[in-house]
Parts: sequence; C-alpha cells; structure tokens
Amino acid sequence: MTAPAISVRNLRKSFGDFEAVKGVSFEVATGEVFGFLGPNGAGKTTTINMLCTLTKPTSGHAEVAGFDVVTARDDVRRHIGLVFQDQTLDGYLSAEQNLRLHAELYGVESKVVKPRMEQVLRMVGLWERRDSQVLTFSGGMRRRLEIARGLMHSPRVLFLDEPTIGLDPQTRASIWGYIRQLQQSEEITIFMTTHYMDEAEFCGRIAIMDGGEIVALDTPRALKEAVGADRIRIETADDERAIAALGERFGLEATVSEGAVSFAVAEGEEFVPRLFAELDVPIKAVNLSRPTLDDVFMSHTGSTIRDAEESAAKNKNRAVMQAMAGRR
Amino acid sequence: MSTDALTVPTVQVRVPPRSWRSEVRAVKIVWRRELIRFQKDRMRIVTSLVQPLLFLFVLGSGLQQLSAASTHGVDLKTFIYPGVLCISVMFTAMFSAASIVWDREFGFLREMMVAPVRRSSIVVGKVLGGATVASLQGLILLALAWAVHVPYSVGLVLGVFALQLLLAFSITAFGVMVAARITQMQSFMGVMQMIVMPMFFISGALFPVGDLPGWLAFLNRIDPITYAVAPMRTLVFDNLNLSAEAVHTLNPPITWFGWAVPVALQIFMVFALGMAMLGIAVVEFNAGD
Repeated sequence: MTAPAISVRNLRKSFGDFEAVKGVSFEVATGEVFGFLGPNGAGKTTTINMLCTLTKPTSGHAEVAGFDVVTARDDVRRHIGLVFQDQTLDGYLSAEQNLRLHAELYGVESKVVKPRMEQVLRMVGLWERRDSQVLTFSGGMRRRLEIARGLMHSPRVLFLDEPTIGLDPQTRASIWGYIRQLQQSEEITIFMTTHYMDEAEFCGRIAIMDGGEIVALDTPRALKEAVGADRIRIETADDERAIAALGERFGLEATVSEGAVSFAVAEGEEFVPRLFAELDVPIKAVNLSRPTLDDVFMSHTGSTIRDAEESAAKNKNRAVMQAMAGRR
Repeated sequence: MSTDALTVPTVQVRVPPRSWRSEVRAVKIVWRRELIRFQKDRMRIVTSLVQPLLFLFVLGSGLQQLSAASTHGVDLKTFIYPGVLCISVMFTAMFSAASIVWDREFGFLREMMVAPVRRSSIVVGKVLGGATVASLQGLILLALAWAVHVPYSVGLVLGVFALQLLLAFSITAFGVMVAARITQMQSFMGVMQMIVMPMFFISGALFPVGDLPGWLAFLNRIDPITYAVAPMRTLVFDNLNLSAEAVHTLNPPITWFGWAVPVALQIFMVFALGMAMLGIAVVEFNAGD
C-alpha cells in the first residue's frame, strides 16, 4: 500500500481549560472510506477542523495527503475537498456560479473547469438545474451541490462533516451512492463524521470517538465481533431491583439506558426463558438484538450514543462559548 | 450506477501551487461575485437611493426658502449636491462591507477562507468589489445633475466617478475592518451607523465649513469625510458659473491653523486612510483562524 492519505499522531486541542480532543492517533490509507463515529460534542468536528487546517492543534502532529497541516497549510488545502456541517453556498448565485467561484479560488485550470463542472453536477443530478439560484434549492439539493463543489478540484481527500445530517432517507441513500461511485472512478480518500450508526456500517473502517478520545478503531465487522454477545433490553416494573437481581443471580452487569435495563449475554435466545423463569421482578417487555455498532459504542463507553449526546450537550455549549471567547 | 459513471468521463484536475496568478484570480472572482450579487439585488439598488434623494430634494427644496438670501443666488440643491454624491456611495459602501458579516453568518466566508489563497486576496477583492458597486450606484445620482442645475462635462463625470470610487474604497475598507471584529449583523449596522452618520453630518456635506463655531470646526477638520466632500464640491463648482462671493461663502478652503490644505493633499488623505484601514483589515483576517 502507498503512503497513508492521513496520518495523525497524538493530536490535541484545548479551548481554554476544556480539552476537546485529548491526543488522538490514527492512519487512513489512500482510497479508504474512513468514518468518525461519536455523539455530538465528542470532538469529531474539532479533529476534522484541525485536519483541514481550519483550527491549529494545541499539540501533536498531522499529515494530510503527505503535507503537514501546520507548516504546509496551503499544500494541504490544495489537496482536500470540504463539505461542512452547515451550508456554505452563496444563495444569490446560481449552482454553476458557485462552482465556478470555487474553481477560481482554487486556481483550477480554466480549460478543465467546464468539463469537470459538468461531470460533478451530473453525478449529483443537478446538471439540469445549473442556472438556478441556489436560494431556490431544497436542503438535499444544497448538500448535493456542496458535495459537487468539494469535488471540483479533484481533491485527494474529501472531508465530509455529517454529510447526511437532517436529510431525508432518499437523499441520504443517494449521497452514499455518490460516495461509492467516487471510490470506483477516482482515487480519493473519504474521511467522514457521522452520528448515525447505520451509516457508519458503510465505512471501511471506523473510529469511535467519545469525550475527545478514540475508544475503538477497526472495521465495523471486527468491532461487532469483538462485542460478541447478544444484547437484551428489558422493561421492568422496578429497574433498580432488576439490575441487582441480574447481578446476584446471573452475575451480569446491567445498565439503564433510554428507559430500559440492558445487558449482554453470550447466547441470547437460550437465556430469555431462564430470565423469565428466574427473575423475580415483573418484566413488561423484552428485546433481543444481535450486536450492532450501537452495542459496540455501548461496550466501549458504557452508554448509548443518544445518552452520551445529552451529557455531552452541556460540555459542548461550554466548548463553543470558550471557542468563541478564545477566537479573539 | 456504473452506466452513469461511464457516460460521464472523469475529468482529472490538478490544483497548481500558489502563485501570484492564483492570487489575482482570487481577487478577481471575489470582486466579480460582488458585482453579480449587486446586479441580482434590484431592491438594494432602489432602497439605497431613497436617503440621498431625501436629502437632495426634500431637505434641499425645503430649506431653500430659508437660505435664499445667504447663498448668493445659488440653489440650495446645487450646493448640497456634492455632499449627496458622497452620501450615496457611503451608504452603499457600508452595505457592501456588511455583506462580509452576512457571508460569515451564512457560512460562505468559510468557503473563501479555506481556499488555498491568501486571506489578503479575499479582503482586497471584497473591498474593491464593494467600492465598484458603490460607485456604480453613485452613477445613478450623477444622472440627476440636470435636476440641480449642474451642466454635464466629461471632466465632471470622470472626476465625480473617480472621487466616488476613492471614497467608496475607503468606506468599504473601514467597514471590512470593523466586520473583522464585529460578527453580528445588528451590532455591525449599529456601529456603522453610529460612526458613519456623525462623520457625514460633521463633514460639511450639508453646510459650508467657513465660519463654524470652534468645536465644530475642530471636529470638521479631523473628520476624514471632510476631505472627500471638499474636493467633490470644488469639482462640481468648477463646472458652474458662480460669483466669487458665492464660491467664497459656499466653498471656502479647508484650513489647518490658517493654512489652506491643497485639494491634492485632501484626496491623498482619503486614499491613505483607506489603504491603512485595508491593511488593518488584512491583518485582522489573517489573525483570526
């Protein structure tokens, strides 16, 4: 394999005394689709911002497309495409004018601007709408246009920060379609963040991030296999007593999340009858599931991604406020 | 899916390393964007005409009844016309600068900031674009010269356009400098109004600056707009047949402790201030990461 598209060593970022990213290290191979998974406020966007040269790391080292993000900022920028979480199009301009502006800012050779524009616009299905003002576009169309724009200058690495957030299922599916198509037609590495578990499955490898740290990194399959066990969720009349009873009787460690008691066992199907027979707390509902990335997340962090998001919300507000105060 | 990929061949693009040519392209496209947006925003063209027209025709015609005796027969509208030429570009330039705040709010600023070009190219393109748009707006008012008894000449048109361009450049540079620090639209407009309105009133756009009370004369001399209004008035008056008394009363020379400041120096001061503020704006935008 060739040199990695992204290589990160001990990257750290603090805003005031809040440590948003606590020293992460990983490598992304050329051509890979690499996913960053984690709740809001886990430090995904901060990490992406450091890799895109938008934020200076507090310490550590990172190379993108072979260039250092601190000392060779412009070289990094020439080789990356960005699709941000919030939209960054000029609504007054047409789709074509937005792409042309991008091409000019990036110094794309004039004679390839037109054909490349046609290619990327056709890919996202907006070629027919190229002369329309972006103001008239729906959210999904805008996101597709932003992806097309990010590809205008044939980046070596495309960063997608929550590319499918707030989009309808069809648009989400078509965006994943483009990503797979891109992998086939161009030599491009894709680095994306998401907090949709089902989407993370499409990535070649994923890093699970929580509280500013990478808690697990592998292929989705290997991550799920490592969890091994099936997960059982039960709704009971008295959660605390149920947890205590599960511990005493079966030696299981259970937690409460999203209003249900949840625990992992090796052979779920055989365990459920025993559970009903032996647990003296009334059970209202039971749910058995094979390991998903949600379980992977849970086994590494001890909470579901939604719970983690709620507790991270407070931290994030703090971080944002500090970032704003720290900017000046 | 694969048929799609086949019908549209992949076009490979290479982004060249940064050079002065890529910087010039960046300045040009940012400048052009301002023009495209201006052209699409008809509403803005119309609304920003309201204020100058109010000053010129309502204030000018209204006060005419009081001032007929003291203007040596010069129509008050003619007198304040140069001032109104200035105000029209000032407010348009202010709105142009405000667009950087909008750009930040709507995220577009980020798209420009992450491009592999110098921030200074973005700022310069923005300021030049704002200045051009404001001067184009000024041209509409130039078309009203006949209504205030000012005859046209090539010198008048070119001179007014050049002075408007210069003033618009300085005001946009000032606005962009402010916008680097003030990131909210409401505060930005508030601050701009608070600074630009008094500067406009003090500048002598609406009154002659000869025998002002001491405090006002002082404020007038330190007001940068004064040095844009005075050359503009001289330019317009040179195009008229006015008596010496009228010129003396209505367009007295700007003096510093009795020394009449040459017009060339006045114009240079406006330019120098604009450049200085542009410089500060560039530094500010470079600092914020």
